[in-house]
Amino acid sequence: MSDITTQSLTSLVKNIKNKKLSSEEVTQAFVDRSEKSKELNAYITEDFSNAINKAKKFDQNPNLDLKLPGIPMAVKDLFCTENIRTTAGSKILENFIPTYESTVTQNIWNEGAILLGKLNCDEFAMGSSNETSFYGNVQNPIDNGLVPGGSSGGSAAAVSGQLTPITIGTDTGGSIRQPASFTGTVGLKPTYGSCSRYGIVAFASSLDQAGPMAQNVEDCALLQEVISTYDKKDSTSIDFKRNDYSKELTKNIKGKKIGIPKEYRVEGMPKEIEDLWQKGIQYAKECGAEIIDISLPNTSYALPTYYIVAPAEASSNLARYDGVKYGFRAKGENLIDMYEKTRSEGFGAEVQRRIMIGTYVLSSGYYDAYYLKAQKVRKLIKNDFDEAYKKVDAILTPSTPSSAFKIGEKKDDPVSMYLNDIFTVPVNLAGLPAISIPAGHDASGYPLGLQIIGKAFKEQEILNVAYAMEDKINFKNKITDWWIK
Amino acid sequence: MSIDLKTIKHISKLSRISVDEQKAEKLAGDLNSIFEFIEKLNELNTDKVEPLTSVAETTLKFRSDEVKSENIREQIIKNSPEDNEDFFVVPKVVE
Repeated sequence: MSDITTQSLTSLVKNIKNKKLSSEEVTQAFVDRSEKSKELNAYITEDFSNAINKAKKFDQNPNLDLKLPGIPMAVKDLFCTENIRTTAGSKILENFIPTYESTVTQNIWNEGAILLGKLNCDEFAMGSSNETSFYGNVQNPIDNGLVPGGSSGGSAAAVSGQLTPITIGTDTGGSIRQPASFTGTVGLKPTYGSCSRYGIVAFASSLDQAGPMAQNVEDCALLQEVISTYDKKDSTSIDFKRNDYSKELTKNIKGKKIGIPKEYRVEGMPKEIEDLWQKGIQYAKECGAEIIDISLPNTSYALPTYYIVAPAEASSNLARYDGVKYGFRAKGENLIDMYEKTRSEGFGAEVQRRIMIGTYVLSSGYYDAYYLKAQKVRKLIKNDFDEAYKKVDAILTPSTPSSAFKIGEKKDDPVSMYLNDIFTVPVNLAGLPAISIPAGHDASGYPLGLQIIGKAFKEQEILNVAYAMEDKINFKNKITDWWIK
Repeated sequence: MSIDLKTIKHISKLSRISVDEQKAEKLAGDLNSIFEFIEKLNELNTDKVEPLTSVAETTLKFRSDEVKSENIREQIIKNSPEDNEDFFVVPKVVE
């Protein structure tokens, strides 16, 4: 079968279970395509020969009851993988070999999947374009010279470019949904506490969540079913009744109430985003949903709040990189000098910027004015959603205020880069689940996404809405394989 | 408000990130534009609002402090930038 890499995860699983395909054939196909796709720079670390060996071993005695039987999968390089280098896109972790496995990836291997390699991302997941990675920027498979979004840019490019059937990313302020939107793929940010954070390189602990990035909603539901487990090793993991997301998936969303928040109609938003949103509303109606206008009055305060809370937590989390126990070390005249040079040479500019913002807002004399203030506004933002969810089951918005931009275009202007996450950040602050689905193209043919935000722990609900709408939208990604010579 | 070079030097010390003059000037510019954007929060009166520290409305669970990983000493030491067989090595701190 020459078309292996164009198949959805669901179809590959079916073909392996029916013995129409072996794990080795599937793995080899994705390895071959990944080998031909170096120009995308999607991988930081490849583990191809091990992957082929594992696939051969799987085929010798295949357990076909597993959910991901012999499926090859590359993952974001923010997940610690035992004995496989994990860099978080940073020079400071260039030689770091974890002695343990993240819970989320362990869940994936337990269901029979095989690691292909580790995917590029913004350094410590801090970025919206994958340009902050120490390992170079990633090309968007949609067009040469276009960013794939970030921080899970390598993940989005790998799914969209068919280098992996499916993948996982992490989302602190939009890092799954924004790249999904930029590459014409589906990305789910689960409820805070749904997927374990154990073994994920920490950025902002009260916001970080892992989630699936896929070609379609059905695949996304299947992977969510695998990765979402209660985990004692993460003290913020929540023990709630998880659905069998893929089995319970339904296109019947008749009578579901979907809210349209007027505050998401932001100043300067391109007309094509507004048109896409209107089209989405129309599709939701056609699916039988009831559309209700709602208000989330504090929306415009979400980004400033995020840029206090996230850097504050990051500055604390990243204090561990001191050149002592692991990672890069610079030579210093004494201990303090060694720390300061290690962190100055080991971290990139954006990470240093955020550590310094975080340190400042937590420092004596500024804590109340910034950090405490932000925590209070965060409460108001969460209250807005609580209030809205008295009237609606889900909320529909655009995923991003624009389509993918050119590499280099926003690199020197941090604030304009941050504005990319205007529609995604409120969801992280409130700890809610949200999914981005591809819904159309702009004038250049670049994909645009719609976001469906759910109530806490109601992943099934938004997956169903996405599944129903996906059917109406009938999106086709325009991938030309331009990077394959 | 404005973040001057003196403040940048102070934050750099607290963050344990060394900063030369050129970098300090660039950072001052960046941080000023970011804080200008953050100042928007002052439009809101939050006197009577409780701060939100965690979205999960549960109390953190206790677990017993048990050793689960054994015999990983060698692997752990191997990750250190300047190792000997038994310890992490740092520049001399006591004369």
